[in-house]
Amino acid sequence: MAIETPLKGFIGESIKRKEDDRFIRGKGNYVDDIVLPGMLHMAILRSPFAHARIHSIDTTAAQALPGVVAVVTGKLLEQHKLAWMPTLSGDTQAVLATDKVRFQGQEVACVIATDPYVARDALPLIDVGYEVLPAVVDPSKALEPGAPVIRDEKEGQTSNHIYHWEAGNKGKTDDAFAKADRVVSLETFYPRCHPSPVETCGIVADVNPATGHATLYMTSQAPHAHRTLFAIVAGLPEQNIRIVSPDIGGGFGNKVPIYPGYVVATAASLLIGKPVKWVEDRSENLISTGFARDFHMKGEMAMRNDGRILGIRVKLLSDNGAFYADAQPTKFRAGLFHIVTGSYDIPAAHVVADGAYTNKAPGGVAYRCSFRVTEASYLIERLVETAAIELDQDPAELRVKNFIQPDQFPYKSATGFEYDSGQYEKALRLALDKVGYDELRKEQAEKRKKGELMGIGIASFTEVVGAGPGKHYDIAGLRMFDSAELRVHPTGKAILKLGVKSQGQGHETTFAQIVTEELGIPAADVEVQEGDTDNTPYGLGTYASRSTPVGGAATAMVSRKLRDKAKKIAAHLLEASEADIDFDHGKFFVRGSPSKSKTIQDVAFAAYTNLPDGMEAGLEGVTYYDPPNMTFPFGTYLVVVDIDRGTGQVKVRRMVAVDDCGVRINPMIVEGQIHGGLAEGFGIAFMELITFDEEGNCLGSNFTDYLLPTSWETPKFETYETVTPSPHHPIGAKGVGESATVGSPAAFVNAVIDAVGHLGIKNIDMPVTSDKVWTALKEAGAAE
Amino acid sequence: MNRSITATVNGEKVSTEVEPRLLLVHFIRERLRLTGTHIGCDTSHCGACTVLLDGVPVKSCTVLAVQADGRQLTTVEAIGAGQLHPIQKAFKEEHGLQCGFCTPGMMLSSFALLADNPDPTEEEIRWALSGNICRCTGYMNIVKAVRSAAVQMKQAAAVPAGAVAGS
Repeated sequence: MAIETPLKGFIGESIKRKEDDRFIRGKGNYVDDIVLPGMLHMAILRSPFAHARIHSIDTTAAQALPGVVAVVTGKLLEQHKLAWMPTLSGDTQAVLATDKVRFQGQEVACVIATDPYVARDALPLIDVGYEVLPAVVDPSKALEPGAPVIRDEKEGQTSNHIYHWEAGNKGKTDDAFAKADRVVSLETFYPRCHPSPVETCGIVADVNPATGHATLYMTSQAPHAHRTLFAIVAGLPEQNIRIVSPDIGGGFGNKVPIYPGYVVATAASLLIGKPVKWVEDRSENLISTGFARDFHMKGEMAMRNDGRILGIRVKLLSDNGAFYADAQPTKFRAGLFHIVTGSYDIPAAHVVADGAYTNKAPGGVAYRCSFRVTEASYLIERLVETAAIELDQDPAELRVKNFIQPDQFPYKSATGFEYDSGQYEKALRLALDKVGYDELRKEQAEKRKKGELMGIGIASFTEVVGAGPGKHYDIAGLRMFDSAELRVHPTGKAILKLGVKSQGQGHETTFAQIVTEELGIPAADVEVQEGDTDNTPYGLGTYASRSTPVGGAATAMVSRKLRDKAKKIAAHLLEASEADIDFDHGKFFVRGSPSKSKTIQDVAFAAYTNLPDGMEAGLEGVTYYDPPNMTFPFGTYLVVVDIDRGTGQVKVRRMVAVDDCGVRINPMIVEGQIHGGLAEGFGIAFMELITFDEEGNCLGSNFTDYLLPTSWETPKFETYETVTPSPHHPIGAKGVGESATVGSPAAFVNAVIDAVGHLGIKNIDMPVTSDKVWTALKEAGAAE
Repeated sequence: MNRSITATVNGEKVSTEVEPRLLLVHFIRERLRLTGTHIGCDTSHCGACTVLLDGVPVKSCTVLAVQADGRQLTTVEAIGAGQLHPIQKAFKEEHGLQCGFCTPGMMLSSFALLADNPDPTEEEIRWALSGNICRCTGYMNIVKAVRSAAVQMKQAAAVPAGAVAGS
């Protein structure tokens, strides 16, 4: 007799993570851990200049160094039509520079050697003749007539302008502004920052010269899409390419693009016939791979004096660096920025966006954010704070006055989104209650009398995550569906294969729990596999909080498909009509007589041993899920700060976060996601900055200059939830991985402005460092 | 000119020749194939490469292999070699890890902290771990895990030797 496994892992249970056992033993398997026989090592020579013409590259001395196998230059790649590659935004990007270098840190040549130290030794032996050109580092200046044209190799490109894009309705918005009592405006810059996962990017490329098969072990958040792009870029037959994305040490958007290093390592392996490993160092990661934000924003709100928002108008200028490589759906040139109406019922909106090339690294990835949603959320929440100060209204009540009401869902926004569900006031009230808002306002008033600075910042964000549907959302033409394949074996154990790919989000546990909920197989008995394109169904990958909304939905649907078949088998085993069979928690029983039942394990065994006549054997299936709509998670974050007038230092006293991501599959994992996002939001608000001097030198090229929050400065978080299921998602879940990074920066900055707004300080751009706060206080005559 | 070194790595004596410039982290990862020690930043900021040298946490990306000569080296592979250490258990129980990349370094810093201070406050834990960067967890559950491990280790130490579970 079979031993009964206790059921465990239904939706809503915080079971411990299945993936942890290998990580806590140091037995994870990351790209840099992979060693193949005969493997060579690659190092990249990068440009010291932001903008320079290349006159010559002499590799003789480097090639003569013992241990060096090959030196790859753009010229060599040109012979194989690989010197340029397409970007995810329909532009091209140099793999290795041939004509010019266009940002500091750009890839110029690669050394392949038997030893990683030797590969590095050879780099300074490569002699590159540069003619330095004026660097363009300011996107506004880049668009001025007469500015040096960065992309002069592009036919018809006579300026640095990249795109123009609009959303919403200009006429309606102009009308709203004409009717307004007043206009509240804010000009702000969301600076360039970087996802900086602790693991950098890398590849082990293993191309078998005899068979032409390429196995690429890669830090990839989207292995299937990357395989297709590799097939297109390198001209390799797609069936001969296998991408394996092993354990990934954090992604946050940084591992979405295809980088030149991946391409060169693959080409080198093909040409040399040996495996080639390339793992970038931290500086390479910071100066050359996908940055985020770099958005100049001017927002205006048309308002009535009673606080009602009538319209919003936004003008954007994005600094896209030297190649337009934003990772975003192709129809949307400024990502999903048009979610800028946020949680508010704003009847009219108009967004105008332009992009400029500059001599900076390309990227434009969404650092833990769904395609520019964080910039949009930041702008609207900062505008509402500005309005509260200018109208002298309480910022919480001003929000309540403008929230989309629960009975307005599904709600069609002025820029064309259809919000699925929300209870914005409920989340806000819970946050106010938990923080003790009224008491804090009294304390603030008392402190203000004594000249002490204390602030309470609110952000009531709404996100849009979980792209598709495919007809509206695609990456490089690939529709944004996702997939799940479920195989239930004769003993009732299962393997679930997914098109998404975890970078720490806990997929091996969360997605097993969806199977548990739908089929009753304990999560411990469901092995989740991802990341290997040979062994998983095609999917678009994990970014923009899409795994649970899309891959999770696919998992639920494939489980239901199998349940339907299982029900037929159960009816056969129970000698009853299928119509009389009910299912509950892994048991099929005849309606009315629950004692007559078969477990999912009994049925699984029968699927291979005792089938009804005419039924196909097995209990397996695959589902490709095209979501009918995005999901719209929301919440309210509340921050309390104290500011030292002598130093400008901001101390975060409290951070209360109320999140509503619909149904929570594993609450422990969801809360962990929120903690991580809040810390990254804190870092962005107060510490993280990649900037450039006027020559285009990157300032922020290592962790001495690019500051990440440690356990010491990161505040403690108080997390709470409300639950408003998504009506269109099979299990009512919404994405959550990025809510906290999207919502929290505005809450932190609003808290600072709430503390100093009465002094006439309207804005301090992120990162809000002590020196900026102190300077603002000094200018307001309030510094000590 | 290569130098010979002898070190005790996770309790076993290792004698070998190394280039003087070889970093300890590369010695551990590439020569000894102990890949639980990770590299995150090359500049001793992130702490992913933290190991214990004579019981003291060091960032092995800024220590040379030759500096380990004659010393005791402990990596993550040793701390739970038999059964899981309470720190490892607590990291799992309290959800103190996500992608797992910083985890070995984080646990070794915690190990050294608890050896020095078996009953640290939350502030003391946050200070002790401030040389280890985690991008996933926001540190909340890491701090909880270390507190929980401290309690577990204290309770385990309070059980007299030879005591039978449940007696």
